Amino acid sequence: MLIGKSSDIPSSAITPQDQYLNRRRFLRGAVSGVVAAGAGALGAERLAEVFEPRIGALAGTKLETVKSPLTTTGEDLTSLNDLTHYNNFYEFGVQKNEPAENAGALPTRPWTVRVDGKVKSPKTFDIEALLKLRPLEDRVYRHRCVEAWSMVIPWVGYSLSEFINQCEPLSTAKYVQFLSYYDKKVEKWGSETSISWPYSEGLRMDEAMHPLALLTFGLYGEVLPNQNGAPVRIVAPWKYGFKSAKSIVAVRFVDKMPPTTWNDQAPREYGFYSNVNPSVDHPRWSQKTERRIGLPFYAQRKTTLLFNGYGEQVASLYNGMDLKRNF
Amino acid sequence: MKKSTLILLKTLTWVACLWPLGLLVYQAVTNTLGPDPTANITFSTGLATLRLLTISLAITPVRRLWSRLSWLIKFRRLLGLFAFFYGTLHMLTYVALYAGFDVNAMIADIEKRRFITMGVAAWLLLLPLAATSTNWAIRKLGGKNWSRLHTLVYGAAVCGVIHYWWQVKPGVLSPMRLTVVLGVLLAARPVLFWWKRRRVRAVPV
Repeated sequence: MLIGKSSDIPSSAITPQDQYLNRRRFLRGAVSGVVAAGAGALGAERLAEVFEPRIGALAGTKLETVKSPLTTTGEDLTSLNDLTHYNNFYEFGVQKNEPAENAGALPTRPWTVRVDGKVKSPKTFDIEALLKLRPLEDRVYRHRCVEAWSMVIPWVGYSLSEFINQCEPLSTAKYVQFLSYYDKKVEKWGSETSISWPYSEGLRMDEAMHPLALLTFGLYGEVLPNQNGAPVRIVAPWKYGFKSAKSIVAVRFVDKMPPTTWNDQAPREYGFYSNVNPSVDHPRWSQKTERRIGLPFYAQRKTTLLFNGYGEQVASLYNGMDLKRNF
Repeated sequence: MKKSTLILLKTLTWVACLWPLGLLVYQAVTNTLGPDPTANITFSTGLATLRLLTISLAITPVRRLWSRLSWLIKFRRLLGLFAFFYGTLHMLTYVALYAGFDVNAMIADIEKRRFITMGVAAWLLLLPLAATSTNWAIRKLGGKNWSRLHTLVYGAAVCGVIHYWWQVKPGVLSPMRLTVVLGVLLAARPVLFWWKRRRVRAVPV
């Protein structure tokens, strides 16, 4: 029964210790429990969701942020509840609601990012150092998934180029590869697919150096919830969402186009570039329109824009390139 | 079986079959269809179609194995018609919420996208079965012809499952359980036929 379920939250016997020890989460759970108890049968679960969207030991912690001229204006933000309950994070399950249930298992501290490949010398960055490298900016971006749905997300982070400069890449570095955390004991859902982990993504050097490419630590002014790719992820808003790798543990500078997870899985369907492009259909569906998350079913359809509407900033990266062939 | 038991079981079947639709209507009214209502409606109706089709295909093998359960035949038409009902809702969802009633867009999709082609094929195979589901049609066609026509359901089920596999991303295995169950149910038919024939032969003359 739902009302009974909420009162289970304080039990240390079933809650993983790291979450149990987190007072913030405990309090939030207690609050949602009280509200849920009063809310009665079917509405209770929904309310509990609204009150507890953040999963992870540090999720929900406020971050100190500054404004950014690179933020997107004139869009309604997708709600925190939808951002945290509609996720593609296959290491924690293939259904959209599964990461919200399972990603609590991701250990976000201690956390380091290894940098190697074509660099002056390999380095390892601690997450605390990365958080202090540059002021954290509030950046609202449109987010377009290759599955033809979209969101508007208030990310927190700084330009990836700021981090890359600290990595001191050699001039022979033409691409940068991002590898996500993978431990099959923690992310046991990953083996429900035939994908070979860890998740790998990559950008061309000039794409990675573009100021819109964001090294991301938070959303809605708070530490990233685990299901959104805590503690640090990439966001490239002019590309389909899968290009923006989550929970990064390694950054590798390479001279050749690196292997990337979805491109390996189905090269006809997911190109290396994967720039948002309404005139290049996915083999199985049209990319001309998208469904905006969080709107009623009769109002979800929107027209998809080339480069997800960021053409003015990024189109010059692809001058003279055939975007249909290099999809 | 007593008449009252049958009425009770039929009522329960109706309730169970209407449950997925009832849930969607409830969610639409209370605005709890989730972050992506379009996808939720599409997936729920599609899954209901395949599940009902699978259950209706389980009735014949179960009756062959346990003759005491042969009364299950009284439920097969109901389940089959509900499968067609959800299949139609599923297709209307595509027509309205994906193609936006644009006929040219639909024709382009059917030509270009094999998972849509396969889904349309499955629905077209179910259509004559739904149309000939009345007692009058059975009489008119004659039992043998009617049975022959209704073997199309195997094709519809196979098309439906392929449609599901072609819709998910390569590497995602969520259609697996349904595929295995359907595979067993389809394979059960020749196996049971062979087994029964052997038993009949084994009886001494």
